[in-house]
Amino acid sequence: MSNFFEKSDVSRKEAESIISDTLQKCDDGELYLENSKSESILLDDNKIKNSSYNSDLGFGFRAISDEVVAYSHSNEISKNSLKQSSENLKSTLKSFKGTYNHEIPKSNKKYYDNINPIEQKSLNEKIKILNNVNDYLRSKGDKVKQVTANFLGEQKSVEIIRSGGETLSDVRPLVRFNVSVMVEKDGRKETGVYGVGGRQSYDSYLKDENWKSVCDEALRIASVNLESKPAPAGEMKVVLGPGWPAILIHEAVGHGLEGDFNRKKTSAFHNLMGQKVASEGVTIIDDGTIDNRRGSLTIDDEGTPTEKTVLIENGILKNFMQDRLNARLMKTKSTGSGRRENYRHIVLPRMRNTMMLSGKQTQEEMIKAVDKGIFAVSFGGGQVDITSGKFVFNCTEAYEIVNGKIGSPIKGATLIGDGPSILKEVSMVGNDMMMDPGIGTCGKAGQGVPVGVAQPSILINKMTVGGTKL
Amino acid sequence: MVKDQEFLETKASYCLGLAKKLGATDSSVIVKNSISETVNFRNKKLDESNRSDDLGLSITTYIGKKKSSISSSNFLNDNLNILIEKCIETTKNTPEDEFNSLPDRDLFAKEVKDLNIYDETHIENDQKIDYLKKLEAAASNDKKIVNTESSFTQNKSNFVLANSEGFCDGYKTSSFTASTVTVAKDEESMERDYEYSNKCFLKDLDDADELGKIAANQTIRKLSPKKIGSEEIAIIFDKRIAKGVLNTLASAISSSAISRGTSFLKDKVNQKIFSDKINVIDKPDMLKGLGSRNFDSEGVKTDTLKLVDQGILQHYLIDTYNGKKLNLKSNGRCGGTSNLYFENGNISFKDLLNSNSKSLYITETIGHGSNIVTGDYSVGATGFLIENGEFKYPINEITIAGNFKDMFQNITLANDLEFKYATNSPTMLIEGMVVAGK
Repeated sequence: MSNFFEKSDVSRKEAESIISDTLQKCDDGELYLENSKSESILLDDNKIKNSSYNSDLGFGFRAISDEVVAYSHSNEISKNSLKQSSENLKSTLKSFKGTYNHEIPKSNKKYYDNINPIEQKSLNEKIKILNNVNDYLRSKGDKVKQVTANFLGEQKSVEIIRSGGETLSDVRPLVRFNVSVMVEKDGRKETGVYGVGGRQSYDSYLKDENWKSVCDEALRIASVNLESKPAPAGEMKVVLGPGWPAILIHEAVGHGLEGDFNRKKTSAFHNLMGQKVASEGVTIIDDGTIDNRRGSLTIDDEGTPTEKTVLIENGILKNFMQDRLNARLMKTKSTGSGRRENYRHIVLPRMRNTMMLSGKQTQEEMIKAVDKGIFAVSFGGGQVDITSGKFVFNCTEAYEIVNGKIGSPIKGATLIGDGPSILKEVSMVGNDMMMDPGIGTCGKAGQGVPVGVAQPSILINKMTVGGTKL
Repeated sequence: MVKDQEFLETKASYCLGLAKKLGATDSSVIVKNSISETVNFRNKKLDESNRSDDLGLSITTYIGKKKSSISSSNFLNDNLNILIEKCIETTKNTPEDEFNSLPDRDLFAKEVKDLNIYDETHIENDQKIDYLKKLEAAASNDKKIVNTESSFTQNKSNFVLANSEGFCDGYKTSSFTASTVTVAKDEESMERDYEYSNKCFLKDLDDADELGKIAANQTIRKLSPKKIGSEEIAIIFDKRIAKGVLNTLASAISSSAISRGTSFLKDKVNQKIFSDKINVIDKPDMLKGLGSRNFDSEGVKTDTLKLVDQGILQHYLIDTYNGKKLNLKSNGRCGGTSNLYFENGNISFKDLLNSNSKSLYITETIGHGSNIVTGDYSVGATGFLIENGEFKYPINEITIAGNFKDMFQNITLANDLEFKYATNSPTMLIEGMVVAGK
């Protein structure tokens, strides 16, 4: 763990007194300290293109009164810098008077080990694996024209000091391993991408030459796309495969159930609490407590232990995801969903691992039930307009379905739907729930945070597929 | 106050000196400081204040043809010593790459012109609040507007780029940004839109009242949208969407995409990629330009480039590494384009709307549907149906799709270019795209 005051001209005691002094007339707030170390090693075009290391240190000082948030951050953990931030916060909130809420729940549970994944494997070992990846993929035939592979590793130490000196801390490991391969046949080029990761050591993913399965998957997707035909355009039935396609859930309903948009009444869901928003059999949770998952957190960035939050239960809207600010203003409790990308950013209610739970049907039954539609297996990213509720996501591997049978692969296309109504169009929920491989990053208000998703196969009665074939 | 040149140069030369002492044959370093102060309003009340003071440095060390880099926000000499040692150690262990090197000496920028991109003026939070009050009053004038969120940011930055070849230069930049996001509601729907203004000089910022009114009008006219059927139809991109076509072009002609062979525009220099009325310029020395610069992120001088001349691609965007790989000289585009724009077309906005009896006017796209390898394009879209030159009704929950290779050939531009962003386009008509709806 980091000692943030060791090399500073301000002692912990002095810092605590500046914090308490600044926050005494506020409703909430804290000093958030962060020390992160990260590395990136990239192989591209047959060479190690980049090996870089980043060390980032800083604090973010936050004071909240009523609905108003004052925030100031800096890289210098010094008396001068803390005092300057304190003055800045006080000046914003000079006309407010609040009562500090000292209550914060506690838990001893931990969902990952205190390790530094970067140091657990030498640079040479990592370079060797990347070269092996390159050789392995290029040995698969002349059609492989480009291979990119990279390691991303991070250890982030955070400490939250609240008014009165209460201190909460966490050390978070995070790794990711990605492979991208471009293939070419008869002048046509296509790409396939696959990756794995989570809050563990690299070895948890790469031992016993497990990297080969990551390569195989990237190559398989690229090869499928070489044979793809133009995608259809228009409304049709869509079967989504299990796992990563759950970014549909993340975009279509996840963002709309974050506390801030609902407090501000700008989410299409803000007046739907307790109402039916999904078909019977659809249950969606957001869970920060799964061991070693990319979206898991022992405590959130306000110090609240994370939990398993039921968002939609058997079709009925049950809960929003809350940080402390929005929970207080909506008269409920934080769900441990207060997150920030780093000390440069304010806390927002965010998703962790968002999951649709298994139902009873099989994927086979779903395919059989479709006369004309598409079967979408893998996706790039997605995006949502919270206010209108419209969301999109981009297929990277999909097939047409004709008369209950899977047909040819189709080119990447965007799928668009309406968040509040899409889950009512879910007519079958599969028995095959699967977690994603651990590669998701969610963007909101310019902040990216690691998240996870999971779902079983599902059949959606009607979605618009954005192809070019009329 | 943002750190001065002397502070940044001292840190830079400390890093270069230490790297050399520890065995680097070459090195380069960027040291920067950026201070932003933001005030946010929501529904005519103060919502947030945010002050950020960011220091950062990034150093790249070379030992022969081996290379590695580190970056840090912790400027204590103790920490820098440890990091630079680590960087040298990593460099030694990284395999050689024959194309790794600093830029050729004769390409470094020799003079730094005053591009008029730094405004000394400091605007206090109370003055920002006055602006935002006026802005939000104008934005929420109509009862259909149910939520407003507005923001005012002042940013001042300074940087120094230095390397072991003796290049050492940098300059201050400033920006003032005001924006508002409005939500409108009627019985059937809730819609959101926005307007913003971003300038190097405070005095050039758009009028608060005007900004608020534009955002409100743009939002209200989106209410009660319809979904249309799937068909092939002419698409008109509003300027804020049209500039995205230039971003795709810039990615596809970047020397890294070209050298890796992952661009649909590989080997297309001297070929016609647009219709012959289309010209694309990248002009780094525009006074007060939001993308203006004296040199690129390697210190290489940047001249104005006519990237596309009468439809013909003239240049890739070249940095040192990929240039060496492609056997081309860097044209100062490490880090991308500067002030990139399509030159005006020769018909008016009104005539553009009238050029088809029916077309779709797109004001927003969502999703990341541009594939640089294949040129395939498919995104979600929001906009309006245009019939006989008139805006008929709002449209949403549709997608538009095509392939850039065809789209580029079918572009017609209006004559309404403005320099609102760093990358700018006149309003754009593209024939032959496919809409998927009902």
